[in-house]
Amino acid sequence: MARAVSTRTRLTFTVIGWLVGFVIFFPILWTVLTSFKSEGAAIATPPQFLFFEWTAENYVEVNSRSDYLKHFMNSVVISLGSTLLGLLIAIPAAWAMAFAPTKRTKDVLLWMLSTKMLPAVGVLVPIYLLFRDAGLLDTRIGLVLVLTMANLPIIVWMLYTYFREIPGDILEAARMDGASLAKEIIYVLTPMAVPGIASTLLLNIILAWNEAFWTLNLTAAKAAPLTAFIASYSSPEGLFWAKLSAASTLAIAPILIMGWFSQRQLVRGLTFGAVK
Amino acid sequence: MATLQTRASARLMMTPAVVLLLLWMAVPLSMTLYFSMLRYNLLMPGMEEWAGFLNYRFFLTDPAFLTGLLNTLLLVGGVLLISVGGGIMMALLLDQPFFGQGIVRLMVIAPFFVMPTVSALVWKNMLMHPVNGLFAWIARTFGLQPVDWFGEAPLFSIVMIVSWQWLPFATLILLTALQSLDTEQKEAAEMDGAGAVSRFIHIVLPHMARAITVVVLIETIFLLSVFAEILVTTNGGPGVQTTTVTYLVYVQALLQFDVGGASAGGIVAVVLANIVAIFLVRLIGKNLE
Repeated sequence: MARAVSTRTRLTFTVIGWLVGFVIFFPILWTVLTSFKSEGAAIATPPQFLFFEWTAENYVEVNSRSDYLKHFMNSVVISLGSTLLGLLIAIPAAWAMAFAPTKRTKDVLLWMLSTKMLPAVGVLVPIYLLFRDAGLLDTRIGLVLVLTMANLPIIVWMLYTYFREIPGDILEAARMDGASLAKEIIYVLTPMAVPGIASTLLLNIILAWNEAFWTLNLTAAKAAPLTAFIASYSSPEGLFWAKLSAASTLAIAPILIMGWFSQRQLVRGLTFGAVK
Repeated sequence: MATLQTRASARLMMTPAVVLLLLWMAVPLSMTLYFSMLRYNLLMPGMEEWAGFLNYRFFLTDPAFLTGLLNTLLLVGGVLLISVGGGIMMALLLDQPFFGQGIVRLMVIAPFFVMPTVSALVWKNMLMHPVNGLFAWIARTFGLQPVDWFGEAPLFSIVMIVSWQWLPFATLILLTALQSLDTEQKEAAEMDGAGAVSRFIHIVLPHMARAITVVVLIETIFLLSVFAEILVTTNGGPGVQTTTVTYLVYVQALLQFDVGGASAGGIVAVVLANIVAIFLVRLIGKNLE
């Protein structure tokens, strides 16, 4: 039974809700607005909210002057590469744990999870030295490898919680009908697993895109993704607020949109199935 | 029932993931352990020698470590307080029916998807700047003295930025937990004449208890490693006022090239995180049954 709510209560909550939502969202909105201002208007007091001369010059300048596209592509390659590589390793593992569990499966899962809780700073020194010796510092491939390993536990866990919900009976039936293991995987399991794999892909691209420990410590000019590029605005360039805003808007827009689509999966992925 | 053949192939399918993670964890960690026992500075190559627990003694008795530990606790505690407290209120608010709920929900979770370097710089420059920032303008509008956020309260400023990033996470998870609450139970209590406050304390809060625990533990794990926000706003300063344990290790490793000292610090950070991790792993394990 739905509770009857008076229109007045509903209106009150509408006002409060929108007000709170607006305040929380404001820094993002402000960044987007500032990105369309001239540098002078960006630092003007009193601040100009909507009535300023809208211009796209910051976007043009950010793109032309600072190799923005290169850093953007680095972000794309690193986040997509690490996620795909992670899926490649994790899908068989999660499949095995979900459909052929043994007594030790639970321990393996929890152990994998515990590797995620290892603070990155605890292995910073050896990874840095190993990368230096292997020539992997400031390379995309190096970052792909590190982020693959850093996110692998989350990928395995997310896939596992999805796969576990696929009814095992269907597999039994396929097996009874004489389907081989390969056929079972291709024709029965894959179609049912695609939604779970897709959400895992989405969430991990988001996590890898925003990762800001390894990307800051293991890259310099060449392989720096957007997290590191934006960090370079912390020095004198930080005075150029409009350009900082334009670069920031471009950096967060694609991920924000993906995030909005994946909000349900986020809960599941980041709590390791503890809250559904 | 799994056949022998499936079981064998299952083991084969798990091998890459297990072996890679094992390597990823064991190799660097044992290297860190080994380095932490050495006198080893990258600026003095070839001078490595066994140092025993000397690095630990230096790291743990360094006044910067105690400050760092305190700053870490204040940062984690402050962010938890704001994000979980605020998250409970936000979840209760978003659970009410109102117009445009879906859009408000999208606005509220948005900060979680903003990369740390962007949120830190936007807050530091465009909002908290003591002269041109928006907060300064608001303060002046009300006839108040603008606050020099990063000058007067640098750690608190970082707590605010990080809280803004993590409030959506707490909200989203607590809201999910709240929505799984049986409405009949609430209605029954309502009919028995329980007020809103006592309904919240006796029914809603106990129902959310586990979700709150999960949020606290997961946030703690991530907050112990906060790094980018400090790097781009204060560099750990002024002095060591915003230096956390994580940041201290970074400084020793990549700025002072003190491999031995940084490794000892890294091991200390691992021990600290493990104290939390043990509880979290147990909680999640219980839920796996």
